[in-house]
Amino acid sequence: MKETKHQLLRAVLLAGAAVLAFPLTAAAQDLKAAMIYVGPVGDAGWTYRHDVARQCIEEQGVETAYVETVPETPDVVNVQNDFLSQGYDMIFATAFGYQPFTQQVAQANPDKHFFGITPTIAPADNILNFYGKLWDGRYLTGLVAGAMTESNKIGFVAAQPIPTVIAGLNAFTLGARAVNPDVTVEVVWTLSWYDPAAEKQAATALVEGGADVIAQHQDTPSAVIGASEKGAWAIGSESDMTAFAPERVLTGTVWDWCPFYSKAVEMVRDGSFAPGEFYGGLDDGTVSLAPLNSAVPADVATQVKDAQAAIIAGELDYWAGPIVSNEGNEVVAAGATLGIADINGMNWLVEGVSGSLPN
Amino acid sequence: MSPDLLLAAAIVAGTPILFAALGELLAERAGVINLGLEGTMLVGAVSGFIVAAETGSIWLGVVGSALSGALFGLAFAFLTITLRMNQIVTGLGFTILGGGLSAYFGSGYVGRPLPVSMARPDLGTLADVPFLGVALFRQDFLVYIVLALAIGISFYIYRTRQGLVLRALGNSPDVLDMLGMNVTALRYLYVGLGTALAGIGGAYLSLVTTPTWIENMTAGRGWIALALVIFASWRPLWLMFGACLFGLVEALRFRMQIGEGASTIDPHFLSMLPYAATVLVLVLISGARARMNAPVALGTAYDRESR
Repeated sequence: MKETKHQLLRAVLLAGAAVLAFPLTAAAQDLKAAMIYVGPVGDAGWTYRHDVARQCIEEQGVETAYVETVPETPDVVNVQNDFLSQGYDMIFATAFGYQPFTQQVAQANPDKHFFGITPTIAPADNILNFYGKLWDGRYLTGLVAGAMTESNKIGFVAAQPIPTVIAGLNAFTLGARAVNPDVTVEVVWTLSWYDPAAEKQAATALVEGGADVIAQHQDTPSAVIGASEKGAWAIGSESDMTAFAPERVLTGTVWDWCPFYSKAVEMVRDGSFAPGEFYGGLDDGTVSLAPLNSAVPADVATQVKDAQAAIIAGELDYWAGPIVSNEGNEVVAAGATLGIADINGMNWLVEGVSGSLPN
Repeated sequence: MSPDLLLAAAIVAGTPILFAALGELLAERAGVINLGLEGTMLVGAVSGFIVAAETGSIWLGVVGSALSGALFGLAFAFLTITLRMNQIVTGLGFTILGGGLSAYFGSGYVGRPLPVSMARPDLGTLADVPFLGVALFRQDFLVYIVLALAIGISFYIYRTRQGLVLRALGNSPDVLDMLGMNVTALRYLYVGLGTALAGIGGAYLSLVTTPTWIENMTAGRGWIALALVIFASWRPLWLMFGACLFGLVEALRFRMQIGEGASTIDPHFLSMLPYAATVLVLVLISGARARMNAPVALGTAYDRESR
C-alpha cells in the first residue's frame, strides 16, 4: 500500500515536472483514441483484429475506448460527437459504410483526426482512410493451394460479391494457376459475413463436390472446421485459424492493424498527418500469412517466400495482363496492369474460377 | 451433387431448428408464445460450450445447455404467466437479452476450439444400406434424439391423457382450472421444457455443427424455428419434415452453386425461400386459424378473475 502511494506520488510529481518542462510534448503524449466497431469484438475476425490493434496502441501510451456493434447509420454521428466531447483526439471508424457520417463530424471538428476504411467516397482534410492489400496475401495462399491439391479442384467460401472479396478470390486463383494451370476454383457465396453453420455447410458442399482444398473469405473459422472434418485441406482468413484444425490448416491470410494504428498515432503526435488513403500490405505486416503447415513441401514454402519477397520488392505483378475473365473477355490487356482504383471496382471473375457473381 | 449426401446435410442443418421448434411447439400448445427463442438458443449455445470446454464432457455440455435454457425460459414464464406481461413484447426483449447475456458470458471463450466432439453411434449394417445409410444412419447421437423426440411428442400430444391436458391448456385453460388443475404450474412446466429443448438446439450449433463459440452464432435460426411451428400448424411430425425441408434449402443454397450444372438462380433468392414459404403459410392460415390448429388461447395470459 505504502509502495503504491509512493509510486503514485512519484508519478504525479513526474507528470507535473513534465508539464512544466515540456508543455507541448506532454500534451501530445496525452493522446486519446476512440474506436467504432461494426461488429462485436468477439467475432474472432474483422472487429477482433481491430480490437487487438487498439490494445497495441494502448501499450504505446494512448488512452483508448471503443463502442462495438454500431450499425452503419446516422447513429455514428452521435457516437463520434460523444467521444469528441469527452476529449478524444483520434477516431477510428472501422467500417466502410461509416464514411459519410465521419465526413460530417470531421468537417465540423477540423482539429481532430479521423480514420476510416477505403475506398474513399466521403473525403475531408482531416480524414485518412486505410485498408490492406489483402489480395497479395491471397495470391500467396493460392500458390500453396495450387501445389497441394490433388483433385485440381479448390473450393472458396466467399461472403459477399464486393470488390475486396472478388479481388482476393481472383488473386487466389491466379496464384493457384501459376503453380498448377489445371486448377479450377469453385466459388460458393454465402451472402453473409457471419453465419457459422452456413459457412461450414458451404465448405462441406464444396468437398462433396470434389474440392480437396478449401479457402475462405468469411469472418469465422467455420469453413476451416467443415473442411477439416471432411478430410480436406483448409486455408484461413482474417486471423490465424490454425488452432481450429492444426492438422488440416495449410496457412491463411492474417490482418494486423497494429502497424497502421501505430503509424496513425505517430503521425498525429509529430504533426505529419496527411489526409488521403493508406494501403498496408505484406511489406509493413498489415497482411501476413499464418504459419505454413508442416505438410507443405519445402520447395513450395521456398516458392511462397520468394514470391512474397518479389511482391514486396515490386518485381512480381500478377495483375499484369493479359488476363481473361471466366466469361472469356479480356479484362486486362497485354502490357497493362491494375491499380488500386481498378481493384476497388473489380466486377469480374478471372479465368479458372468456376461460378458467377450473384447480381 | 449426390442426393444421399444432400439429404444428410439437410438433416444436419435441420437438427438445431427442429430442437428449438419442438420446444416452441410445447410452449405454444400450452398457450404461451415465446418470441425469445433466438435468445434462448444463444444462451443454450454459450452455456453448452462453456460446460463442455470446462469439464471436457460433451454430454455435460448438452445437459448444461438444457438447464440454462430452462432457467432462462422460467424467467420468461415468471414475467408472462405470473405477472401476465405481454408475451410478444417480453419475448422480443428476451431475444435481445439472450444475445447480450450469451455475449457477456462467452467473451472469454470466443474462438476457442472444443477439445471433445459428439460421437456417432455405429449402426453396423444399417450404415451400409444404399442411400439411407449415408443419408440417415451415419449421423451423430443428437440427430437420433431429436427425431425420437418429435415422434415421442407427437404420440404424447395425441395419444396420452397428459397430451389432452396440454392441448386444453392452449385452447381453454379455464376448463382445466374448473377441473381443479393448476394452469399456472402446467404452463411453467411446458415453457421450461420447451426452452430446455431450445437450449439444446443452440448447443447443437456450438458443440456439433461448428464446435466453437462465436457471438450471435444462431444467425436467425430461432426465428426460422418460430416460423416453422406455424408452418407445421403445431403438429410435431409435420415439424420434422418441415425442419428437413428448411435444412434442405440451406444445403441446396450452396450445392446449387457448384459444378458444371451450376444453377443460374441467384443465391440471394434461395436464401430468401424459407422466409417466403413461411409468409405464404401465414397468409394461407390467417383466415382459418381454428382449422389450422392454432391454440385458441395462444398469446393470452390466463387470468382467473377475468374469466
